Amino acid sequence: MRRGIAATALVATLALAATACGDSDSSDSGDKKSSGELSGTVTWWDTSNDTEKATFKKIAEDFHAQHPKVTVKYVNVPYGDAQNKIKNAFSSGSDAPDVIRADVGWVADFASLGYLDKVPDAKAKEVDSAFLKQAAASGKYDGQTYAVPQVIDTLGLFYNKKMLKDAGVEPPKTLEEVKTAAAAIKSKTGKTGLYLRGDDSYWFLPFIYGEGGDLVDAKNKKVTVDSPAGVKAFKAARDLVTSGAAITNATDGWNNMETAFKSGKVAMMVNGPWAVADAYAGDEFKDKANLGIAPVPAGSAAQGAPQGGHDLAVYAGSKNRDASHAFVDYLTSQNVQVQTTKALSLLPTRTAAYDQPDVKSNEMVQFFKPAVDKAVERAWIPENGALFEPLKLQFTKAVTGASSPEDAAKASATAFHKILKDWK
Amino acid sequence: MTVHTGQSTAKAAGEDARGRDRASGERPGRLRRALSTHWYAWTMVAPVVIVLGVIIGWPLGRGIYLSLTDANERNVGRTIGANHIDATYEFVGLDNYVDALSDPVFVQRLVWTVVWTVCCVSTTFVLGLVLANMLNRQFRGRAAYRMMLILPWAVPGFVSVFAWRFLFNRDNGLLNKVLDGGGISAVPWLDDPTWAKFSVIAVNVWLGVPFMMVALLGGLQSIPGELYEAAEMDGAGPWKRFLYITVPGLRAVSSTVILLSTIWTFNMFPVIFLLTRGGPGDSTEILVTQAFRQAFVESPRDFAGSATWGVLILAVLMIFAFVYRRSLRKQGEVW
Repeated sequence: MRRGIAATALVATLALAATACGDSDSSDSGDKKSSGELSGTVTWWDTSNDTEKATFKKIAEDFHAQHPKVTVKYVNVPYGDAQNKIKNAFSSGSDAPDVIRADVGWVADFASLGYLDKVPDAKAKEVDSAFLKQAAASGKYDGQTYAVPQVIDTLGLFYNKKMLKDAGVEPPKTLEEVKTAAAAIKSKTGKTGLYLRGDDSYWFLPFIYGEGGDLVDAKNKKVTVDSPAGVKAFKAARDLVTSGAAITNATDGWNNMETAFKSGKVAMMVNGPWAVADAYAGDEFKDKANLGIAPVPAGSAAQGAPQGGHDLAVYAGSKNRDASHAFVDYLTSQNVQVQTTKALSLLPTRTAAYDQPDVKSNEMVQFFKPAVDKAVERAWIPENGALFEPLKLQFTKAVTGASSPEDAAKASATAFHKILKDWK
Repeated sequence: MTVHTGQSTAKAAGEDARGRDRASGERPGRLRRALSTHWYAWTMVAPVVIVLGVIIGWPLGRGIYLSLTDANERNVGRTIGANHIDATYEFVGLDNYVDALSDPVFVQRLVWTVVWTVCCVSTTFVLGLVLANMLNRQFRGRAAYRMMLILPWAVPGFVSVFAWRFLFNRDNGLLNKVLDGGGISAVPWLDDPTWAKFSVIAVNVWLGVPFMMVALLGGLQSIPGELYEAAEMDGAGPWKRFLYITVPGLRAVSSTVILLSTIWTFNMFPVIFLLTRGGPGDSTEILVTQAFRQAFVESPRDFAGSATWGVLILAVLMIFAFVYRRSLRKQGEVW
């Protein structure tokens, strides 16, 4: 009897081990070659935020109407964890998505690791001819197109029109004006002027562009974050906090920023089109006309905001690549782009979409389109996404005063040099 | 029946091996005999040994191996759909260890990890001891109190850590709302390096007290009541009774729970990671969260560097356990 148990246990263990090692090859693979019709399942990992996801889910599921044999599985992955989750899934291959929504900064990284399937030639040509040039550039790596731009964006200064009017100030054009405006807001209404996002280094970019600098100089392969402009940028950000013009957080920045702005605790924030729908949901903006947008305040030398956005890409290991590419094609079609602009005020990437009445008449687009045209295009190098993590560390330290602007700039440069090995 | 089989097999094996035994001495024969006598026991433990070997031994071996290479995300082998990319990382000897140990970051993290461990373990132990003593008396509703104090243990760790994160939120958290009511301005619980350190320790203590309390309560209940009675008769006050009966009586239990608690706290990933992500900046980053950061957050993912840190963490804990055991043995513990 005892031996029986031991034997059973042994068999059970072996069986367990065997199943664990076995590749789960169960996902149904589709093929259009044989029948000419797309079929199978396409899993899409979308990184849109909480206010946007319902719209995208519906759009994704509508694909089913065009291709009845294709089932789209929509999964919303929070943006903050997405880069990591996608890498885990792509490197192991198990439960990997077929289509991802990737930040423009991630595409070159994923492509260089061999994770992305090239965009079919016909579509690549279309991307070159019918899409905004700076958006198309973000999907390229090594001269090949790996991703199709879905939305494009940049940062702007969101402001509460009523609060600024009550304080008797105009939307500030420079950081100096932000400080005087904030002082007026404080004395007239008792509220804070600006929310400065301190836990995400993307928000550092307008500061360094404003001082005439940049993180790196990709042409000359040089790290420039520790240049005098970089140091000034860290100083300018810290100065906003110490002068009381801005509040910031080292954690939960996104939620605190949205809550503070929507409830009227602060009068201004720097944000992108992805925050428009969420802002409209707030008490202060029940009357949509109360939300005003202006260019990001200039620094001492220039005015600039980064060009961002999201691209759609297909996993190279996808079992259903044809349907996946067709799905990407659908998601970036003019109809869908106009639909998302109407619902969420996101900016289309197709040049022709801007002639559509729904897009043309959107107030947010009217502001953001010229801003995007002026936005600073980042170097689309694979290391692009890697720079933000060490920079975040130093940016948070600098704005919270845990380290001096000089030290923060120096430490960022040291970290960048570790990532960009043979750069100057 | 078992015994019978064992003996007969042993006999058979012994006869079999006799020819070689004379030439090579006693030892192989004895080993062989032990094996043949206890083959049944070996078979019984085999599944456990195999499973442990697979789930602990293999990753450990692989980790140590990776720490001796320059493996990262860009040069490890991977298969993506149809294309296979071969591994191109190389063996670099002890370079990673030299790098890690000469890196000021490692020392910084080690110092904070030790501070964090000592603060957490000592506070949890003292609180656990106090609570256990209080709950060891007879009073109304004792069971209910015990239940309530064990609650933090029953809630999944990540749930309670997230709850704490909401409470700690500087602008919208409950703690600051309450303090605001009392006229105290917002405390930057997670936004200031020193406060963040305090906050992570507080949460970990909150999570760790139930375990300490239950373990010590068990220890207290195993101390015979007669000892206290006798001491009382001899005129010993409560403090003396605590010092000369309770403390020595709890020795065996407390030495074990302190060791366990130290190891757990040293590697307490979820509290730090979920509460502050090591922030603000890197001020609450302990060794394990830093190793995770290298392997999964930064890119390119540095597998070799992370494995090196992992091995170093293991080494630190092994040294600690060794020294701790030695010092206990010196004090006359049999453990």
